[in-house]
Amino acid sequence: MNGAGPTPQAAKSDQVIADDLVKRFGDFVAVDHVSFRIARGEIMGFLGPNGAGKSTIIRTLCGLLRPSSGRAIVGGIDVARDPEAVRQRIGYMSQKFSLYRDLTVEENLRFFGGIYNVPRIELRERMRFAIDMAGLAGREQALVGTLAGGWLQRLALGCAVLHRPPILFLDEPTSGVEPASRRRFWDLIHSLASEGVTVLVSTHYMEEAEYCHHIALINHGRLIATGSPAELKRTAIGGDLLLLECDAPGATLEALQDAPDVRDCSVFGDALHVLVGNAEKSLTELPELLAAKGLRPRHVAQIPPTLEDVFVQLIAADGAAQRAAA
Amino acid sequence: MRIRRLQAIALKELLQIWRDPRSLMIALLMPFTQMFLLGYGVTLDLKHIPICTFDREASQNSQALLKHFEASSYFTISRNIRSYPDLVDAIDRSDCKVAIVIPPDFSERLNDTGRSTVQAILDATDDNTANIAFGYAIAVVSGYSNDVALDTLDRQGAQFQQIQPMTVQSRVWFNEDLESRNFIIPGVVAVIMALVGAQLTSLTISREWERGTMELLVSTPVTPSEVMVGKLAPYLLLGWIDAAFCLVLATFWFGVPFRGTVFTLFATTTLFLIVVLGIGYLLSVLIRSQIGASQIAMLLTMLPTTLLSGYVFPIDQMPTVIQDITYLVYSRYYVTIIKAIFLKGAGIPALALPILFLLVYAAAVMTLAARAFRKSLD
Repeated sequence: MNGAGPTPQAAKSDQVIADDLVKRFGDFVAVDHVSFRIARGEIMGFLGPNGAGKSTIIRTLCGLLRPSSGRAIVGGIDVARDPEAVRQRIGYMSQKFSLYRDLTVEENLRFFGGIYNVPRIELRERMRFAIDMAGLAGREQALVGTLAGGWLQRLALGCAVLHRPPILFLDEPTSGVEPASRRRFWDLIHSLASEGVTVLVSTHYMEEAEYCHHIALINHGRLIATGSPAELKRTAIGGDLLLLECDAPGATLEALQDAPDVRDCSVFGDALHVLVGNAEKSLTELPELLAAKGLRPRHVAQIPPTLEDVFVQLIAADGAAQRAAA
Repeated sequence: MRIRRLQAIALKELLQIWRDPRSLMIALLMPFTQMFLLGYGVTLDLKHIPICTFDREASQNSQALLKHFEASSYFTISRNIRSYPDLVDAIDRSDCKVAIVIPPDFSERLNDTGRSTVQAILDATDDNTANIAFGYAIAVVSGYSNDVALDTLDRQGAQFQQIQPMTVQSRVWFNEDLESRNFIIPGVVAVIMALVGAQLTSLTISREWERGTMELLVSTPVTPSEVMVGKLAPYLLLGWIDAAFCLVLATFWFGVPFRGTVFTLFATTTLFLIVVLGIGYLLSVLIRSQIGASQIAMLLTMLPTTLLSGYVFPIDQMPTVIQDITYLVYSRYYVTIIKAIFLKGAGIPALALPILFLLVYAAAVMTLAARAFRKSLD
């Protein structure tokens, strides 16, 4: 072991390792040579459009799908070799709600406590914790089918962490949940991570990606960018972003289509986000160019890109690259 | 296999059954309705067969013969006919199954030659009934014939006691009254256990797939055999309740004798339940839809069990090929067992062979079922 590459210490702390993972369904490649690592206590967010392969990667890591090639190592165990040992160490929330709706809150928790063989003496206390965490105190006897979305998701999380798994896989845990509940849910994820739980969570809410330590952007089964939200915003977009406020966004958009150095342009409310190669240069050039066409923007300024800007830009660039390759 | 997980699954399943009216209806109502439908609907006893009489002589002798028919509980005289066309008409309208025609020279020939004949015309559209009715008719006529013979000898002053012909003294065992119900009802119990058993478990795995709960279940460390045993246990309990229910109805309501021990009945029923519950479970694993699995379960249990188990239709009277096929019908062994327990009071040793067959079946079904369930979404 030398100093180059990941130190043994760092490698040991990697709780989830995907190594050149491929999953095919017939001719369709759902996961296309994906590799990444998640360190202990880290929250990794999977971001990508529907059908990008996020769920397939998560299911493969849980041992629910067999990889066509490549390796998945979870908690230091090869998933293909010993899926049962992996299953004892993970908690999983599937995309579709999958607790028993015809059982009560308490019955569901008791069931999963039994399945994971949680010692009976501890189970009572852990169920208490899960119920408090989900904010379901007083509703222990309610049939799960009668509960609203936010509660369901938190209860599902409660069931997933009942056996204190060191690793959590959460597949779109907050889809269809109102914003306030989502916020609470993320607070829970953060408190679990701060206790050392490794979390892999997929989402299609941009603002949720900001809560993650790391983000992996996934499109068409491929990992197209990884990094912390700050890193991605700084580098992944590959240019500077300008905010352009104007009275006629439609006409301005058209005018900017073939302006020099403008790579992309999109409407955000009554303003435009314009991606350029060099902000300083464009800040002086663009107003002149628009003035020549009789358009006068009210305000032009460089802004830091949001994750959504990065996301839209990378997906579009990836799509263009795919088309070029084809 | 961990007891803790088995308990968790069994309890969960029990709660789900309890809260699902459909499962409960199948489990508790079906035995009741089937028992009454089949118990009352299926009978092989022929009594009060309608007959028509065409007495062309109208003498004391001919009337005496017809009196014998009237007195027999097997026949009821529905019409007295005066012409052949009427007779044909009566048979065409199904007014009677049998027509008895007494010739105009009945007494004359009897007196002259000591022999005479009567004609029986049978409606053989249902050949089984016709055969049985014919047998009864012969019995009635020979009864009368005996009377005539004894009467004649008496008049000749002979000591008829000395020339009593040989007779068979029959003793009917196990079903002394020859009531077909006594042998049908235990068979009905077998049919009910087969139907209900496979129906119940056919829903258990497909329900998890349809409701999306399977995805989470397979992500846990639970093993396929734990799922199977845990899920079958509550249904075995229901099966026992059904068996008790059937036993009470059969003995107290239908008055079928129960000569065996409750232990033998429950031990063999448990074995049979393991087979049928296992088949339902296997179907549920293979066919991931509740409707599909329950339809196939119905088809696979209903037809072989009603037709080929020997519960009503005797296996020895089937063509050889079909007889060979019946060895594959697991219900066949249970029908044999349950009839022997009810009517003969047979114990385990006497039933060793059919029990062995059921054991083989149970082992095969359990092995297949445990292997068929894979913890994978592929």
